[in-house]
Amino acid sequence: MARTRFIQAINDALREEMERDEKVILFGEDVEASIFGDTRGLIDIFGSRRVRNTPISENTLTGMTVGTAASGYRVVLHLMFANFVYTGMDGIANQMARARLMSGGQIDLPITIIASYGGGRANAAQHSDTPFSAVMNVGGVHVVAPSNPADAKGLLKSAIRSNDPVIFFEPGGRGGEQGEVPDGEYLTPIGKAAVVREGTDLTLIGMGSTMRMTLEAADKLAESGIECEVVDVRTMAPLDEDTLCKAAERTGRVVIVDESRDRCSAASQISAILADKAFEHLKAPIKRVTTPNVSFPYAPASEKYLLPNTDKILAAATEIVRN
Amino acid sequence: MTANLSPDVSQCLELLQTMQVIRYAEEQLAADFAAGKTPGGVHLSIGQEAVAAGVCAHLSENDQLASNHRGHGHFIAKGGDPKQLFAEIYGMSEGICGGMGGSMHVADYSKGIIGANGIVGAGLPISTGAALADLLDDDGSMTVVIFGDGASNQGVLQESLNFAALWKLPLLYVCEHNGFCQFSPAETVTAGTISDRAKPFGIPVEVVDGNDVRAVWQAMAWATDHIRSGKGPAFIEAKTYRINNHFEREHLVVQTPYRTEEEIETMRRERDPIKLLQKWLKEENLVDDEELGAIDEKASSIIKEAVAFGEAGTPPPEDIGESYMFAGTHS
Repeated sequence: MARTRFIQAINDALREEMERDEKVILFGEDVEASIFGDTRGLIDIFGSRRVRNTPISENTLTGMTVGTAASGYRVVLHLMFANFVYTGMDGIANQMARARLMSGGQIDLPITIIASYGGGRANAAQHSDTPFSAVMNVGGVHVVAPSNPADAKGLLKSAIRSNDPVIFFEPGGRGGEQGEVPDGEYLTPIGKAAVVREGTDLTLIGMGSTMRMTLEAADKLAESGIECEVVDVRTMAPLDEDTLCKAAERTGRVVIVDESRDRCSAASQISAILADKAFEHLKAPIKRVTTPNVSFPYAPASEKYLLPNTDKILAAATEIVRN
Repeated sequence: MTANLSPDVSQCLELLQTMQVIRYAEEQLAADFAAGKTPGGVHLSIGQEAVAAGVCAHLSENDQLASNHRGHGHFIAKGGDPKQLFAEIYGMSEGICGGMGGSMHVADYSKGIIGANGIVGAGLPISTGAALADLLDDDGSMTVVIFGDGASNQGVLQESLNFAALWKLPLLYVCEHNGFCQFSPAETVTAGTISDRAKPFGIPVEVVDGNDVRAVWQAMAWATDHIRSGKGPAFIEAKTYRINNHFEREHLVVQTPYRTEEEIETMRRERDPIKLLQKWLKEENLVDDEELGAIDEKASSIIKEAVAFGEAGTPPPEDIGESYMFAGTHS
């Protein structure tokens, strides 16, 4: 175990996978300068053949990954901000998500897209989204979002080794956060949620950047005698329905925390599944703590007002625990 | 253009054979669609066969070809099996894509046919990525993208040209300019000369008569020589003419004609690439009627066999879709 920064864990995963398999290549906008630090230094180790700075051409970049991956390379595309998923959507939704079925399974597409998401840093409305569900809905791509450095490393390594496209969402502004990362080979399976705290009164389901506030809320609720079961979703597509349902069944009361805008969010998908498959165990309505269906304003207080936070989780929890 | 090579007689006969196989395939598909035999629509390239044949004559199986929605001819010319093409378009599990793709998505990756595409222009990014793989492989292979004049108005053309020029990608752009962007004459939606768009990137350009298969072949000799010698991308604009409608159901949905029947008839009569090549071969006394008849007969029988194979196919199980979505494996 070593205390490692989030961004370093991502960098370690990339370096280890590029060392492991020379077919792994990395390209994207400013992967050399690396404003987040996650790809920093890789060009010095692997050279400009395998680590390639690209023009700002998201629509071509996402489509390119399909051509390169179908030719036998493991492609990692750094898309910088998650809002650029929208810019590059044709390559994602019409090409990489479709090519395998359309070709009758002739090809595998080992593609990983890294994108930094989330609000709270006055990056305004075009650099702050959490577009989990936009890509969950296309089908044909896996969607993961680690909440801690260990899973950042483990999920990214699994994503790069996967023979299917994976979109790896990195929580914006959390690069400096530290956590224990196991030494040596460490893989987090895609498609598995983690129960990170056990409890009997209330189930809190968080994901990615909302896990920290979700765990804080669990601590505060414990002070008032409410013991929370806490689940980290980790993979939004495919969802680990089994773990999510069992965690919901254990307490019968559920709050789901997701920074996506509420309408058709990851939280709404999870709540639909729980309502469908765990209905008889539920003792109260499923609550969602999400971002309202509003674009993020630049002014910090107006932005902060919209984002999920610990108090909003506590308010939702209180509503259904009292019930 | 520096290469002065022209196709020799046997190469001309191969080009003729390829064009006739494509023509028979597409005439069959037009009839099949009219008879309700194809589950979905088809976009036919009748009149444009010289581009597919002339381009693919210079490619090996290691070279990759990205195509578009009007891609049956490209598929056949690049070595795709007509039997698997017909089974695919009939929606059968014996199709090249197991009946999962249909007319707009025919692909045979084992032969470097990296996909027709239903999104106009989408072959451009994909071929850019494929050419990057060629560059990394460094084995002398190259990638060709065939796209229409309509696709030239997608922003990804400029993005791709920039990538290819910047990284000296072994990528050939072939704009198959058939005069129509769906239901709009090209001049009503496209400004300037399309191949001029490559020039500011320093990409060499050749404009050819896309109905003259020998001219297309010759331009390809130049382009492949340029690309395979490591000089980076090249661009061919092949001017041709789409004889059939944008898609075969067009007459049911488009009420205002955007071209005259007379124009189509003139092109059919005077500019048919198959007739043009046959005429030249005869004028030059390079073939006799018997040889031409044998080529025609062979092409016809290839497609008859393909149709029979497709008709004998079995529809895939209705719940099969999900099994194709993910590999579910890892390295």
